[in-house]
Amino acid sequence: MNEDQQKIVDFIKSKSKTKFYFNDFLELFPDQGPRGVKKILTSMVQAEIMEFWSSGSTTMYGLKGAGKQSQAEGES
Amino acid sequence: MAKHPTPKLDQLESGPWPSFVSDIKQEAANRAANPNNVEYQIPVDCPEDLLGVLELSYTDGETHWKHGGIVGVFGYGGGVIGRYCDQPEKFPGVAHFHTVRVNQPAAKYYKTDFLRQICDLWDMRGSGITNMHGATGDIILLGTQTPQLEELFFELTHKMNQDLGGSGSNLRTPEACLGMSRCEYACYDTQDICYQLTLDYQDELHRPAFPYKFKFKFDGCPNGCVAAMARSDFALVGTWKDDIKIDDSAVKAYVGGEFAPNAGAHSGRDWGKFDIQAEVVDRCPTKCMSWNGSKLSINNRECTRCMHCINTMPRALHIGDERGASILVGAKAPVLDGAQMGSLLVPFIEVTQPYDEVKEVIEKIWDWWMEDGKNRERLGETIRRLSFQRLLEVTGIPAQPVHVKEPRHNPFMFFKEEEVPGGWERDLDDYRSRHQR
Repeated sequence: MNEDQQKIVDFIKSKSKTKFYFNDFLELFPDQGPRGVKKILTSMVQAEIMEFWSSGSTTMYGLKGAGKQSQAEGES
Repeated sequence: MAKHPTPKLDQLESGPWPSFVSDIKQEAANRAANPNNVEYQIPVDCPEDLLGVLELSYTDGETHWKHGGIVGVFGYGGGVIGRYCDQPEKFPGVAHFHTVRVNQPAAKYYKTDFLRQICDLWDMRGSGITNMHGATGDIILLGTQTPQLEELFFELTHKMNQDLGGSGSNLRTPEACLGMSRCEYACYDTQDICYQLTLDYQDELHRPAFPYKFKFKFDGCPNGCVAAMARSDFALVGTWKDDIKIDDSAVKAYVGGEFAPNAGAHSGRDWGKFDIQAEVVDRCPTKCMSWNGSKLSINNRECTRCMHCINTMPRALHIGDERGASILVGAKAPVLDGAQMGSLLVPFIEVTQPYDEVKEVIEKIWDWWMEDGKNRERLGETIRRLSFQRLLEVTGIPAQPVHVKEPRHNPFMFFKEEEVPGGWERDLDDYRSRHQR
């Protein structure tokens, strides 16, 4: 995990909630625009550090395995 | 005998319209009989449980679906929408019933072979129930379970050359009217730009980073067959700069009854002789047409592209030759602040490959909205909150009279000090020397 990715993991772990809007991460990287932050988050999804949660209308990011997972809904 | 009694749903079948209840019952019977020996990968009776949970919702007056979840295909943040039933013991067939959005081909042209393939795939790996098409335009596949998603995605992408569509805080699946493929009014190639932008913006389509949903729609002319200016955050609506072309002899042929008005539509009853004054000239919203009994004239400067005259007399009137599109932004459905129609941002833009001019506007809007938009705020709401003027600044488009709908009504415009001759500063003593308190 690189420095930027670690910064995001530390930020998430410092909070009690498990799902975050994209905008929540922008303030962690004031020098990078949204596109730069998106690249970091995409790399973390690819590395299976993070995963998407979607309501259908809105999408949020969370650490992989955190929060309610499909198994908790009774799925195998 | 149906698995669940559904008296309320049965009433829906009694109306004169085609009924989704009948369709689902038909699918339930087909799955039970399984004439094609399909190896069903999710419960065979899921359509019956779907009817059962809907009946329960009608009885209780509240939904029994839970919304959303961590389901999707690897690397994609959209295209799959998690659905779980909150009465899984009663309705095990729909306990997990996720929706899949499939990116429809531009303007929805299919080969029957493709439709058969997708239906066969969905019979096996899903409920067999589809929605052709969802409001965004996608092919909606209703109801499957998490283990089927990667399998389904593999088959779609590797065997059918088909991608998932957009959902969540993504660019949604772009949608276009059928444009130049069939329509003489198309002012640009809607299908081509729809396809090109779908390819160019794959990252935005599949990896969500917007504050909320964002929709492109492409209408080839102001008839708006995909209702871009009402339904999309970024609407590209075909228009022309020069004059409507008039074929005087064809106008006379309409007046003389030789040609049927509206290309023969509305011909189910006798509407009487075609009256060009009442049916065309008097219906012009800007009163820019006149008919002197032998010649039709149009004051093109006043034309608002309502299309009524062209639709009524398509053989006599035709769109101009200097063609392009208008960009309207910020339309949305009523979640916050009510529904909004799109606001005109660019009155005319050329729409030619590789579409760099259009993409430049799109990307400037995204950069602004991604930075300043609040979570779950549509572009139209951001514009209302921060002003249309701010949008003009970020897109580098100078303010023009066409941006203002009507004086004192449109709250978008505010002058800045540098725009006012002499600025804000006043010499109060000088002012008081001429004005008593």
